[in-house]
Amino acid sequence: MDFELDDDERSLQDGIRSFLAGRYPMTAVRAHEETGAAVDRDLWRALADVGVFSLRADGFGMTETALAFEELGRALANGPLVASHLAAGTTSALVGGAGDGTRIVGLVEPSEPVTVIEHLASLDDLLVVRDDGVFLVDPGSVVSTPVAHPLDALTPISVVSSLPTGEQLGGAELSASLRRDGMVLTSALQLGVCLATIDLARDYALQREQFGRPIGQFQAVKHMMADMLTKAEVTRAAVYAAAVHLDGRGDDADVAQVVRAAKVLAGDSALFCAKTCIQVHGGMGFTWEVDAQRYWKRACVLDTQFGNSDHHAAAFAAAL
Amino acid sequence: MDLQFTAEEDAFRYELRAWLGTAIASMPVQPQRDDWTARRRYDAAWQRMLFDAGYAGINWPREFGGRGATPTEHLIFLEETERARAPYVGQNFVGLLHAGPTLIAEATPDQKAFHLPGILTGEHIWCQGFSEPSAGSDLASLSCRAMRDGDDYVINGQKIWTSFGHTADYCEMLVRTDSDVPKHRGISWLIVPMGLPGMDVRPLRTMEGSTEFCEVFFDEVRVPVANRVGAENDGWRVTMVTLSFERGTAFISEMLQSMELARDLAELAKRITRNGATAWDDAGLRRDIGRICAELDALWALTKRNVSQAQRTGVVGPGGNVFKLAYAELRQRLGDLAMHLLDRASLSVDDIGDLPSGEHVHGRIHALSLGIAAGTSQVQRNIIAERILGLPKDR
Repeated sequence: MDFELDDDERSLQDGIRSFLAGRYPMTAVRAHEETGAAVDRDLWRALADVGVFSLRADGFGMTETALAFEELGRALANGPLVASHLAAGTTSALVGGAGDGTRIVGLVEPSEPVTVIEHLASLDDLLVVRDDGVFLVDPGSVVSTPVAHPLDALTPISVVSSLPTGEQLGGAELSASLRRDGMVLTSALQLGVCLATIDLARDYALQREQFGRPIGQFQAVKHMMADMLTKAEVTRAAVYAAAVHLDGRGDDADVAQVVRAAKVLAGDSALFCAKTCIQVHGGMGFTWEVDAQRYWKRACVLDTQFGNSDHHAAAFAAAL
Repeated sequence: MDLQFTAEEDAFRYELRAWLGTAIASMPVQPQRDDWTARRRYDAAWQRMLFDAGYAGINWPREFGGRGATPTEHLIFLEETERARAPYVGQNFVGLLHAGPTLIAEATPDQKAFHLPGILTGEHIWCQGFSEPSAGSDLASLSCRAMRDGDDYVINGQKIWTSFGHTADYCEMLVRTDSDVPKHRGISWLIVPMGLPGMDVRPLRTMEGSTEFCEVFFDEVRVPVANRVGAENDGWRVTMVTLSFERGTAFISEMLQSMELARDLAELAKRITRNGATAWDDAGLRRDIGRICAELDALWALTKRNVSQAQRTGVVGPGGNVFKLAYAELRQRLGDLAMHLLDRASLSVDDIGDLPSGEHVHGRIHALSLGIAAGTSQVQRNIIAERILGLPKDR
């Protein structure tokens, strides 16, 4: 047993991180917001070039993919990342062109009280995941209304009034496997949110002075941040465990429970860390300018994707 | 990254499991909680069985009589003993996990030759004399004084939270040997035989109603200078060496018990009825149980990360503090949930009616100590903030 990153895994993750730091720094994230947050096709292809969508089609496992998605979450990369990766498939592509970034593929699970699709205006293809199967739908045929003020300015959404049936790509089994993989990749994005907010809060706590000293010297601030780090590290263990299990290198026979645990922990922790990051920033944390709010909003979006933490906590109990 | 055991690790597990299968069957009935004579006999018997089978000092180096197991094998050992419902270390805790490793690292050959076999065979029980009434989280401010007088130290002062003080043969003890230097630099580490003239051991009754801990009073107690481990006034460093032996395995047995207890809670909820429905029909309760079980599984995965880290680098690193903090909080939440589920059946510390409620209530009380013992949760947070996050010390 060696539940720690090996050299290849570490260098893959470092590679994705430095690519994102160069190609999509926070200044670019904020600028992207000003120009409407439509998916940037050049950036999308660049992400495809470093393998974000095709990692598993290229023979890597869920473990490496989760490590890459952790970095995408940390960088606040936007667009239907998980959906396009799932569409690129493993042994064969679900949607041609998803893996090389020529087609941007979204995903929706019809839901109540409203069905909402992320990035609809940017999509070339849409996967509709229902209990009984997965369907490919032309995004142009979806009857919907764009939402004027999406919670996360970097994640435009549309409210669906009518969703065509589309072409069936697979049955309940495909639907279950996309959901399972989607849960793990979304958890990895959420882990990235946790880690990014810890860095943000630490930088601020070291630099911001009140009462003549950096606020990071106050135990009240230290203890909030220790709780952030603790939740993030427990979440990291859960997310990595889920990824390793999907690659067949786990020790728990009940893989579905391991995956649910990851989504529960990641959902709760991302929201907790982002919220606490805002608190550490004080008044500045409540401004549009400081990125803490962007991470909190992203954490809200991610929690709703593939079932939120309450949903999966209940599902975990039901399987006991 | 993987979570699978190697063929060698599996072989270790199955050999141990086979041995446990026969060994456990020959164990006497577990003694009553406050029958310390019987408990000592029981713990010593179990340790002797481990010794005879080659499992004593599982993580100690082979050259000092241990098994020389890797951190992963240590994890497997704890998993299997827990699974077999074997006794935990009990009163051998301080000897096997604190004093022994310290002696291995810092003691003279004579000290090792005399003391290590006694610990491994269960013949000698050790206790810990570190904390004092005025030196808790600020341990280095301890004031129990040891004055040099010829070939002896003469000890005056008081210790508290001395686990198994009333049954132990030896005490690993921190004493103040110099009061005129900064607090960390005037401490020495001594081996103190229990029962010396001038020592007064008084059991301390905890809120659990039992007496694992003692207060120990020292009035002109004479201990040979030859009983010092490490140099005079170097005791703080010696103690830190002990802490560095932690390989991420410290809470594994307890952690596994909590995971089982959390799953038992689901079964319990299916049995308890109120207003014509079972407690399990309450969606809120189900979700709470599901969330706690998921978090415990995640913490178990973190344990494996910590053990892997120890296997690679020899030290568990900051993950140990993270685990301790997270576990203390989670165990308390589990206890709270159990008490709410049991409602008025939680008002007895023993089983009530036909419900297995006692272990839940007892566990809830015990959980209160987890945020305090071995570094309070607040101290853990300070360590995490300062050593991992690099925030400035408040001094």
